[in-house]
Amino acid sequence: MVKRSVIPFGPQHPVLPEPIHLDLVVEDERIVEAIPSIGFVHRGLESLIEKRDFNQMTYVVERTCGICSFQHGMGYCETVEKIFDVEIPRRAKFLRTIWAEMSRMHSHLLWAGLLADAFGYENLFYQCWRIREKVLDLQEMTSGGRVIFSVNKVGGVIKDMDADMLKAILETIKDVEKELKVIKKTFFDDYSVKSRLKGVGILTPEQINALGAVGPMARASGVENDMRRLGYAAYSEIDFEPVVSNDCDCYARCYVRIMEIFQSIDIIRQAIAKIPDESDLSVPIKGNPNGEAFVRLEQPRGEAFYYVKANGKPNLQRMRVRTPTFANVLALCEMLKNTEVADVGLLVVTIDPCISCTER
Amino acid sequence: MADTVTFKNEIEEIAVDSLVSRAEELIKAGYRFSQACAAYIDDKFELSYSFSNYDNYDLLNLRVVIDTDTEVKSITTVVPAAVFYENEMHELFGVKIVDIALDYKDKLYRIKQECPLGPSGKEEA
Repeated sequence: MVKRSVIPFGPQHPVLPEPIHLDLVVEDERIVEAIPSIGFVHRGLESLIEKRDFNQMTYVVERTCGICSFQHGMGYCETVEKIFDVEIPRRAKFLRTIWAEMSRMHSHLLWAGLLADAFGYENLFYQCWRIREKVLDLQEMTSGGRVIFSVNKVGGVIKDMDADMLKAILETIKDVEKELKVIKKTFFDDYSVKSRLKGVGILTPEQINALGAVGPMARASGVENDMRRLGYAAYSEIDFEPVVSNDCDCYARCYVRIMEIFQSIDIIRQAIAKIPDESDLSVPIKGNPNGEAFVRLEQPRGEAFYYVKANGKPNLQRMRVRTPTFANVLALCEMLKNTEVADVGLLVVTIDPCISCTER
Repeated sequence: MADTVTFKNEIEEIAVDSLVSRAEELIKAGYRFSQACAAYIDDKFELSYSFSNYDNYDLLNLRVVIDTDTEVKSITTVVPAAVFYENEMHELFGVKIVDIALDYKDKLYRIKQECPLGPSGKEEA
């Protein structure tokens, strides 16, 4: 009988941008079980409802994550708007959609760079992050912030994009698309990349559903769940189909995310073509929220879940954010079974973990 | 136009004793577990267990309202994905959830304050 050992992985590890700990139970080099531990960076953001009113919470919630910041702000505002039962102006919906897709582009490019770095392809890593800079520049031009936008408010948005900005976005995403086509070939066709990703880290659709995995993780295993189909923001007026693969491995997760960058470019083009010429960016919100609402939306890493309960006072009774990584960690542990220790770093990266976001 | 969906988003109030069996029914009916969370409101715990159906995007939220000393049977026997959520409810709120498949025993988050969002945490604040 092979002797079992436990190898601690993380919370400090070269491949981890944020802390998560895994106890890897191994037989020789093969992993038989992985037990996760989180909680190294818990911030207690949800408890700030006691000290900040529902409007101020918009800016707290968008600090849940440095990558999906905009989408957290939007998710929270959509939830409170649902309690108020208000519909925001159409232009605000399209602006939210454009910013949301820019966030997806820069998040996926960040991830693609980290993946390239994890399998030792540093030049590819540099290229991904160089392209990402162009998206960050667009975010800075339109919102004033490269990471934290602070453009959402309950009832709409507080900043507009003028015609010059929209033109600059179209020109930049054309460049990004051209450069992305070049690196796409490397991600999809390079022998050494394929040898690290193909057939590694298999997750079946049954495992995805049982463990509650979401986003590109699920879509790479043939589970078509894309919350943009719920039609929030302006997605009900945008033509798109979720990117799905049935290969269920790391290569499929890479395929889904790279193709979603192209999809985001397409969605931004559609949104700019359809954005109405209106001056109203928000609707007036009177009083305080009273009621409760559950809202889901599709962040770069997958379905995010928001719950707000209020009783007519400025401070909420409960605000809850369930981030995509929180839903994907158990699937990661299942994926690690029967893999080699040498693949762990790469496999952790393929779930696109955002631990600070998870711990809120 | 996008192929967007019309979906249900409902809250179903149930008794604490029927939580596990109702969760099992939903899983068998094709729903999958989305999230669970607690709230401490008016000296009671409000637990919300959310299940999604990815065929039609329906969302069903099971709501259990209990006294703070009531024990809740873990649903991890039928929903393995609930492990982190139930540990979180126990650790942050002090909800007495028993038989969690992987019980972190208040060490999921490494926080100093005991149950910061539950009754004892509110008293300290």
